[in-house]
Amino acid sequence: MSLRIVVCVKYVPDATGDRHFADDLTVDREDVDGLLSELDEYAVEQALQIAENADDAEVTVLTVGPEDAKDALRKALSMGADKAVHVEDDDLHGTDAIGTSLVLAKAVEKTGYDLVVCGMASTDGTMGVLPALLSERLGVPQATLLSEISVEDGKVTGRRDGDAATEQLQAALPAVVSVTDQSGEARYPSFKGIMAAKKKPVQSLDLDDLDIDADEVGLEGSWTKVDDAAERPARTAGTIVKDEGEGAKQLAEFLAGQKFI
Amino acid sequence: MAEVLVYVDHVDGAVRKPTLELLTLARRIGDPVAVHLGAGADSAAATLAEYGAVKVLAADAPEFADYLVVPKVDALQAAYEAVSPAAVLVPSSAEGKEIAARLALRIGSGVITDAVDLEAGDSGPVATQSVFAAAFTTKSRVTKGTPVITVKPNSAAPEAAPAAGTVEQMSVTFGEKSTGTKVVSRTPRESTGRPELTEAAIVVSGGRGVNGAENFSVVENLADSLGAAVGASRAAVDAGWYPHTHQVGQTGKSVSPQLYIAAGISGAIQHRAGMQTSKTIVAVNKDEEAPIFDLVDYGVVGDLFEVLPKLTEEIKARKG
Ligand SMILES: Cc1cc2nc3c(=O)[nH]c(=O)nc-3n(C[C@H](O)[C@H](O)[C@H](O)COP(=O)(O)OP(=O)(O)OC[C@H]3O[C@@H](n4cnc5c(N)ncnc54)[C@H](O)[C@@H]3O)c2cc1C
Ligand SMILES: Nc1ncnc2c1ncn2[C@@H]1O[C@H](COP(=O)(O)O)[C@@H](O)[C@H]1O
Repeated sequence: MSLRIVVCVKYVPDATGDRHFADDLTVDREDVDGLLSELDEYAVEQALQIAENADDAEVTVLTVGPEDAKDALRKALSMGADKAVHVEDDDLHGTDAIGTSLVLAKAVEKTGYDLVVCGMASTDGTMGVLPALLSERLGVPQATLLSEISVEDGKVTGRRDGDAATEQLQAALPAVVSVTDQSGEARYPSFKGIMAAKKKPVQSLDLDDLDIDADEVGLEGSWTKVDDAAERPARTAGTIVKDEGEGAKQLAEFLAGQKFI
Repeated sequence: MAEVLVYVDHVDGAVRKPTLELLTLARRIGDPVAVHLGAGADSAAATLAEYGAVKVLAADAPEFADYLVVPKVDALQAAYEAVSPAAVLVPSSAEGKEIAARLALRIGSGVITDAVDLEAGDSGPVATQSVFAAAFTTKSRVTKGTPVITVKPNSAAPEAAPAAGTVEQMSVTFGEKSTGTKVVSRTPRESTGRPELTEAAIVVSGGRGVNGAENFSVVENLADSLGAAVGASRAAVDAGWYPHTHQVGQTGKSVSPQLYIAAGISGAIQHRAGMQTSKTIVAVNKDEEAPIFDLVDYGVVGDLFEVLPKLTEEIKARKG
């Protein structure tokens, strides 16, 4: 039987560009350059490797996001995923993590899965909670923040480098996993891959397709609210000295003045 | 006064500093009730009481160590049901965030992660967050259910406020899903003898400019003269010069010390994401155009192999 892998990928504003908030205090996704979250490239990479090592596997990439989020799916398809699912609905604007996990869970169930692979965190929200929320919603084990992962005999195993210890984890499929940027370099799409991606199927789903009411998601359906977002005042320009033999002394002087020494 | 649950981060009963910060913040909202899972509740209780815990709800079971995350969610939920708190506060570690999120979903509440400050507000606690690599500061609230909020280390100075801290044993029934992910083995991290990176008052980090594992002693020596923790950029970690557990940045640790010293680090956005909220920032870099200099309170344009050893000597001399 085929191993069905679903990779959750997010389309995010480019971190090296100018990120900001829209008037309704949601992340502005209209006027900015977006891309497949770099941390989700690692998830795609590990999913492809797991598929390559399986007898028979299919990799579906899934995103919840606006029209432009198709770019993220295209990138993942050109890396080698087989097909894509795009959940897009105007009512999704402003959905928080709990709401997004509902949409992803329903979409994953509709697609059918043995293994869900996520990135360690999105580069815009950086919450790192979606995989745990998905596991809770789907009622399947979570094996998250893995820097090494393998799937064999209906089980996923992997290494989690925690704060206090390194743990070796094991869970039976179906399961939700997330992988870190330590899991291994993500491949670049080849020219052939980019051409092939154009012909791969992208299924579009809206909230109706997933039996989700509009008031369960979006800004109104969110269980959290941002009341204020202020640009951090620029740091006041510091003192910069050129070391001409006295740099260390000058720095020590500064540190002493600040009571660090 | 309403009670506020505080999830205790500890190593066999030795309470970690972020928990004391949480107890301090919790008192702005209500009476802190600490939730201690695993061994050592009795030894932890004295510290928890000193920092304001009116009560310590304790549970110990092999499940907490043998299976990932979910048994702890079951226990925190049991505490939630016993207390009906006004808010639940959890330290912002990777595991803490996962526990908080799952609990929030179960109890039908919103969740806020990585708060750097917390205040009481007319409609519940207001969390300050630092987002987009600290380019923006936001104020957020949970609008449904009991606010579940994770708080980053170094968000408040721990203040003692002695309270009763009576230990009460909780009975926890583990759900059938709690044993889904087995922890097959665990290798505790070896202590370096230096302060914990996320908790340290001073952090000295080295980057690609350090140019080799053997050269990191230059960074370590400076750190030791200041009683600081050692950090590293991803470039230094990827090159294999320093362990990943010391990486500062978006995909490493997020630090917010009183003093951050960056040596041979250019200051890429992903690095800044993990250190930009530091109170005082110092950089040593031989390239005066390096973006890290946009952040600094004090910068030295120079060779770190010249500056760091001399600085270390200077500090040692001044400290006598
Ligand atoms: C998804 C993603 C996540 C990432 N996460 C992180 C993260 O968590 N943390 C992180 O740090 N990076 C992260 N990065 C990488 C980041 O983009 C940078 O590549 C990295 O921070 C660069 O490290 P560096 O400053 O040490 O190296 P470089 O950018 O190469 O800078 C080295 C600096 O050292 C200086 N130098 C060289 N020799 C000397 C000397 N003898 N004396 C003084 N100065 C010297 C140079 O002038 C230069 O400015 C991430 C990237 C991506 C895409
Ligand atoms: N809108 C989304 N669409 C698809 N996957 C997502 C979305 N948001 C988050 N994810 C997945 O969840 C992971 C963690 O995200 P977060 O909890 O937002 O930091 C990401 O790396 C993705 O794999």
